[in-house]
Amino acid sequence: MPKDHGIGASSKRREDVRFLTGKGRYTDDINLRGQTHAVFVRSQVAHGKIRKIDTSDAEAMPGVIKVFTAADFDGKGGVPCGWQIHDRAGNPMLEPKHPILAEGKVRYVGDAVACVVAETLAEARDAAEAVVVDIEELPAVVDMKAAVKGGALVHDDLGSNLCYDWGFIEDNKAATDEAFKTAHHVTTLELVNNRLIPNAMEPRVAIGDYSQAGDDYTLYTTSQNPHVIRLLMGAFVLSIPEHKLRVVAPDVGGGFGSKIFHYIEEAFVTHASKVVNRPVKWTCSRSESFMTDAHGRDHVTKIELALDKDGHFQAIRTETYANMGAYLSTFAPSVPTYLHGTLMAGNYKTPHIYVNVKAVFTNTVPVDAYRGAGRPEATYQLERVIDKAAREMGIDPIEIRRRNFVGKDEFPYQTPVAVQYDTGNYQATMDKLVEIADIAGFERRRAESAKKGLLRGLGVNCYIEACGIAPSNLVGQLGARAGLYESATVRVNATGGLVVMTGSHSHGQGHETAFPQVISEMIGIPENMIEVVHGDTANTPMGMGTYGSRSLAVGGSAMVKATNKIIAKAKKIAAHLMEASEGDIELKDGKFSVAGTDKSVDWGAVCLAAYVPHNYPLESLEPGLEETAFYDPSNFTYPAGAYACEVEVDPETGKVTVCSFAAADDFGNIVNPMIVSGQVHGGLAQGIGQAMLEAAAYDGNGQLLSGSYMDYAMPRADDVPFYKVDHSCQTPCTHNPLGVKGCGEAGAIGSPPAVVNAVIDALQHGGHNVTHIDMPVSPSRVWSAING
Amino acid sequence: MKVSMTVNGKAVSGEAEGRTLLSSFLRDGLGLTGTHVGCDTSQCGACVVHIDGKAVKSCTVFAADAEGAKVTTIEGMANPDGTLGKVQQAFQDHHGLQCGFCTPGMVMSAAALLAETPKPTEADVRHYLEGNICRCTGYHNIVKAVLAASGQDVSKIAAE
Repeated sequence: MPKDHGIGASSKRREDVRFLTGKGRYTDDINLRGQTHAVFVRSQVAHGKIRKIDTSDAEAMPGVIKVFTAADFDGKGGVPCGWQIHDRAGNPMLEPKHPILAEGKVRYVGDAVACVVAETLAEARDAAEAVVVDIEELPAVVDMKAAVKGGALVHDDLGSNLCYDWGFIEDNKAATDEAFKTAHHVTTLELVNNRLIPNAMEPRVAIGDYSQAGDDYTLYTTSQNPHVIRLLMGAFVLSIPEHKLRVVAPDVGGGFGSKIFHYIEEAFVTHASKVVNRPVKWTCSRSESFMTDAHGRDHVTKIELALDKDGHFQAIRTETYANMGAYLSTFAPSVPTYLHGTLMAGNYKTPHIYVNVKAVFTNTVPVDAYRGAGRPEATYQLERVIDKAAREMGIDPIEIRRRNFVGKDEFPYQTPVAVQYDTGNYQATMDKLVEIADIAGFERRRAESAKKGLLRGLGVNCYIEACGIAPSNLVGQLGARAGLYESATVRVNATGGLVVMTGSHSHGQGHETAFPQVISEMIGIPENMIEVVHGDTANTPMGMGTYGSRSLAVGGSAMVKATNKIIAKAKKIAAHLMEASEGDIELKDGKFSVAGTDKSVDWGAVCLAAYVPHNYPLESLEPGLEETAFYDPSNFTYPAGAYACEVEVDPETGKVTVCSFAAADDFGNIVNPMIVSGQVHGGLAQGIGQAMLEAAAYDGNGQLLSGSYMDYAMPRADDVPFYKVDHSCQTPCTHNPLGVKGCGEAGAIGSPPAVVNAVIDALQHGGHNVTHIDMPVSPSRVWSAING
Repeated sequence: MKVSMTVNGKAVSGEAEGRTLLSSFLRDGLGLTGTHVGCDTSQCGACVVHIDGKAVKSCTVFAADAEGAKVTTIEGMANPDGTLGKVQQAFQDHHGLQCGFCTPGMVMSAAALLAETPKPTEADVRHYLEGNICRCTGYHNIVKAVLAASGQDVSKIAAE
């Protein structure tokens, strides 16, 4: 019998009621009194010198309040980068300034040159058209390898387009090279991890609201981490102390990483609202989103796998070019390095691994974390090269993986790439996959497809990810300029209901439902006595927000810690009320009792006593029942799983259809299975989208060719099947109080290689000697591969 | 110019420029912010409303062109007693939404489908919703919710 409340129950989401009735409060739904509207003038060329910006015509147009250019931000900082990488020689990465409005040069199509603030949105749009920007166009660099071989400089003052050349772990290099010399077999694969555009369905919005009365600012913004924005923008860009700056991220319509970062538009509206002394609202159009939201992925990789005669992995060596775009977005440098190199061991025992990454500036939109961030890139290349090796050596793709798994008794497992996995059972997730994907029935289905003239393929892969980001002391050593703890305040009211104020942020993940399930379980009160507050720096403790599948593993742990403090204090109060010893008090089902007696007092009575302390140990205990806790994890968490995809390829047209997709995941303990499955479904569609459909395309001049939903192929309802997902294999995390690992990114990390492996399987079985096709596996690419 | 129409059963009127889109008129003029704008090329479907019973992307219609029309938005989809309507309830029951941004358009499209095709197949649902993009759910639970709202048994579809 499934649970109907608490941990493990598929409680229906309470937030759904407002979303389903049009009562959500997204940033664009907010309109302030006296509000003005901002429209940016953006570069239409990828690279050029700004000769002149003539704002006079625009300023004379109806409703225009002011036209801003870089000169209006003299003395202000650029938007900062939150992670500093050191290269192979120990030198810090090249780090350009990223100004709010372009200073002297434009560096990508979409770079903000000027901004019109006007009475209405229509007037601002009209006037933005009238701003005359004279740009001397310069040659653009788009291709990464060309960019580091003497292409035009994106940043003249840096002297190079190579942001860093990173080796990981440098001490592993010699032994890795040696292992390749003695290997029985080496499989090599060159591949592209295609550039993606995150496309949260809610475009970004920012509203700045300066108050002369308090000399303070409020920024409403579509952010996954309002405290981070407050710190970065306040301390590094606008020099506003945090106590004079409130950041509110209300209902946010999806993020997938793209709303982690501090964007120039946020700083613009905040500053501009003081200059014009009225609120300033900017709403991103979707066309602007395509050319200003940080993009994802965009790696070009060569990976080599050395094996012994039995298919045991001996060594892995990789060389990757990672596109940074024109500026360093907030966490961009960490993605191809510590979120990627550390995962190159996958689920396997490979004694020697060496990863080299060259991060490159180009005249394109900045690239940063997108669902999975570095881990999909690691998984894709590893699981593709393993598949290729299996086919070359004549070993079954499932068998070769099983042969190399870290065994269930080998945890904690220290990888050669720094991280230590705490728990896992990779054979068990593979067993589960074989069952739910009905691998045994594949040949029958293949024969059925063949009758229709279609080539059916089966692709299998595993994945591991490092989630629950992250131990602050560790990431500090690795270059993070922030801590990555999480916080929670639990405020119990006099009548027993309580509010959790969390530093996590929900933009679809269902915190308002899942977090109360945990506290309900701990105290034994109904979930509907518990409310979650998030997304406002004015009423939540300093927190780092939501990304990296960290909400429950880190934010939930902070909440558990705070709740434990509440329970400890409540037990003292209960002991006083019952004139018993504190050590004898037990809490069960919302009732405190004295062990071995029939004495008890209800949760509500204890809460009331805390706030109406007439009979209360005032000499030893403060009144009130409110506690705050910060939780800093001691390790990452390591969700893992095994995925299988079946495709049909039409050899006449090259069209690929995903027939089925199965995912067996180990997320450790699970609070709300319904929400977890939903997270996996969404990740799978994004991964299938990457593999089948999506590509951010630039031409050689740096023009974005895929700048709308008519050019950028998003997965739609008829592109994907029903998924089979299972998360019954559970090896609880050993180092957080809930034993949870995180599930938000798994689907997007684990699914692309399964799709491509399936396509290759289909083609090879059909007699076509095709060993690799880059994503997206579009009909034209597949047809070309077939027809050589 | 002054534009008048019936929205969610109530006669309304307001000022609109000739270029004002129905989506803007609903959101900014009437404060009905449940209708969302997710793109500028009429592709995403977050702004779907019903005009005289037909599902229409409200960003493709000028407010002036809806003069005299009967418009229903997501705010008009609940039961008269305020409880969730059939399609809305199915979306909650089957976790057919996450961030909620595409949801209003998705519900409006689903309701229009069920009005035309009371017992759609899975393929019917997927095809009909092709004009509504969701980035969160992978569509699994949306399709399941729509089938459930039509009264069909969805227990065979992976439970969670």
